[in-house]
Amino acid sequence: MKEARAMKKNILISPYGGLLLLALILALMPLAVSNDFHYDLLTKICLTATVAVGLNLLVGYAGQVSLGHAAFYGAGAYASAILTSQYNLSPMVALLSAAAGVGVMAWLVGRPILHLKGHYLSMATLGLGVIAAIVLNNEEQLTGGPDGVGLPPLSLFGHELSVFGEYQFAGLTFTGVELWYLLAAAVLVIAVLLALNIIDSPLGRALRALHGSEIAAQVAGVDTAKYKLRVFVISAVYASVAGSLYGHYSGFITPTVASFEHSIELITIVVLGGMASTFGVIIGAAILVLIPQFLTDFQELEMVVFGAILMAVMIFLPRGLLPSVLQRLQRGAQ
Amino acid sequence: MKTMLKNLAVGAVAALGLASLSPVAKAEDPIRIGSFLSVTGPAAFLGDPELKTLELYVHQLNENGGLLGREVQLVHYDDSGDASKARTFVTRLLRQDKVDLIIGGSTTGATMAAVPVIEQARVPFISLAGAETISTPVKKWVFKMPQSDRQAARRVLTDMRERGLTRIGLISGTGGFGASGRNVTLEEAKAMGIEVVADETYNPKDTDVTAQLTRIRNTDGVQAVLNFDFGQGPAIVTKNYKQLGIELPFYQSHGVASDSFLKLAGDAANGLRLPATALLVADTIPDSDPQHGVVTGYKKAYEDRYNSSVSTFGGYAYDGFQLAVQAIKQAGSTDPAKVRDALESIQGYVGVTGTYNLSAKDHMGLSYDSFRILEVKDGHWTLVE
Repeated sequence: MKEARAMKKNILISPYGGLLLLALILALMPLAVSNDFHYDLLTKICLTATVAVGLNLLVGYAGQVSLGHAAFYGAGAYASAILTSQYNLSPMVALLSAAAGVGVMAWLVGRPILHLKGHYLSMATLGLGVIAAIVLNNEEQLTGGPDGVGLPPLSLFGHELSVFGEYQFAGLTFTGVELWYLLAAAVLVIAVLLALNIIDSPLGRALRALHGSEIAAQVAGVDTAKYKLRVFVISAVYASVAGSLYGHYSGFITPTVASFEHSIELITIVVLGGMASTFGVIIGAAILVLIPQFLTDFQELEMVVFGAILMAVMIFLPRGLLPSVLQRLQRGAQ
Repeated sequence: MKTMLKNLAVGAVAALGLASLSPVAKAEDPIRIGSFLSVTGPAAFLGDPELKTLELYVHQLNENGGLLGREVQLVHYDDSGDASKARTFVTRLLRQDKVDLIIGGSTTGATMAAVPVIEQARVPFISLAGAETISTPVKKWVFKMPQSDRQAARRVLTDMRERGLTRIGLISGTGGFGASGRNVTLEEAKAMGIEVVADETYNPKDTDVTAQLTRIRNTDGVQAVLNFDFGQGPAIVTKNYKQLGIELPFYQSHGVASDSFLKLAGDAANGLRLPATALLVADTIPDSDPQHGVVTGYKKAYEDRYNSSVSTFGGYAYDGFQLAVQAIKQAGSTDPAKVRDALESIQGYVGVTGTYNLSAKDHMGLSYDSFRILEVKDGHWTLVE
């Protein structure tokens, strides 16, 4: 009994065991769903979680709060939209160029603003987010303005993947919706794998040192500015890729993808799921995508209930959902 | 609160399997009309009257025995002006709630995000958003209620031409509505032989536009001025226009056709003209007018029920709902293809927005003269004959 418990604990705590568990859950999800709407939610959860996993590297591990992360998500989505529909690039090329472009943008912006600390950094990233939203709303020839812009379906290696198509593989018929879910799930698993590697690398250790105390880290010889910038760029690229994919998935985007509200939603996911817990933020993403669907009966109260949940989590589970629960399990096991 | 918490707990448990979201379908189901509107958020001024109107008339219809002897059920979700949410809710309406028809999409973004999902599911959709792209080119399952801004521009320019004004100044906001209005005005003016001699823009957040207005006033031969925008910009333009003492005939677009604009602009609005639906002059519209009955009826029903004044946007929801009811009656069933065909064949439906003549080539069905030209007199809208 004790051994079984210990094993369970190890699977949950060891990061790569967690990755296997995640892949297993994602692979088994189709058994639990019954229609396209459920697949739509699952796909959204996976893409949102991908952004959150990237943002968590910055916020959870390095302790640098970004209140403008939707800007990178929006930039990725819009870059894909513009490059595919106005410059006729193939979606994959557009996605990669967008990610590279957003990476450069994050690097350029990050260099000056990451010198700021605490609230000042939050304010600067907030400003970045607001600027992105204004640009997307006003540069109408390019972005279509507040009414939004359409995107063609994604194509992978010359094969189009439309949400509305049907595809044959090895004698089995898949709908576009199912394949999109599998793609988003695969992207999430890769995103988590990369994040776990980063956390385990010298960069990850430097970031945690930085989170603990920036001065102490500097004294110990950690080039904090370099590492902060690096993780900022990485998390921006995560957001960009997820944004591009979401754009192709939905086929139509509006500037709300880069809005301040969306940035807040992303940071909420990280805090709610558990800072510095890669699997926690995935749970956070799932909750944030699902909550509006469960609260449709109390439309006017949605924000109130949502706020109450956040407050309750902060008061009773201050480290976020997953870390706090794991901590209790651990205590129980001992 | 207690039940809400309980519901939340149930919801959280169900989230694990997504199982609680399963549909329930029976043979004698009510007719289900789906709806997604921006009831909260920045576009709430659109979604709120739209939802109230739908609720009012669904209730009324059920009181009177329903439709085809079945009860009508309204399934509504609030997209809060977010296109991404709209898309998810439309998927839910179609795949989960299995609605027979959808009325919704307060904003163009929400509508356009929903269109691909709806086209694939083959369910009739009546959009309440304005942009031309919704109905041009025609999409098989998508209909739209409001006139386009091109028609507003044409209506204004027609009125100008009738008054012999052929050299005009244009001042527009750089926001989405103003910029699109500017483009269509320039195009329509060219087609109608009206010369735009001055073309100024301002940022929607500007608090003073006297510089632009002075340039227009100093342009040789300018005979009238049109301001194309919505929100608070036009109120500022109107006030500055008065302050500068410009005497030229002044026009606004349908974007400010509401009582709140009169409050913002105050006395400065007196004498200006704009295109609007008959709903705005419901109190003074002559009995002989074909829209008299429907406009006064809607206004009275809405204001009695909600104790707030009607708006053009609620009017779109009214027309959308009545057209849906008529189409379902005509089709004799809720078979989506039959309802769609019936919608497409509706001719001469007199609504609060105008007279709809739908066809396979026109899924909007209003002509530009469904806009009435109104003039502000002593702080009130009056109909120009």
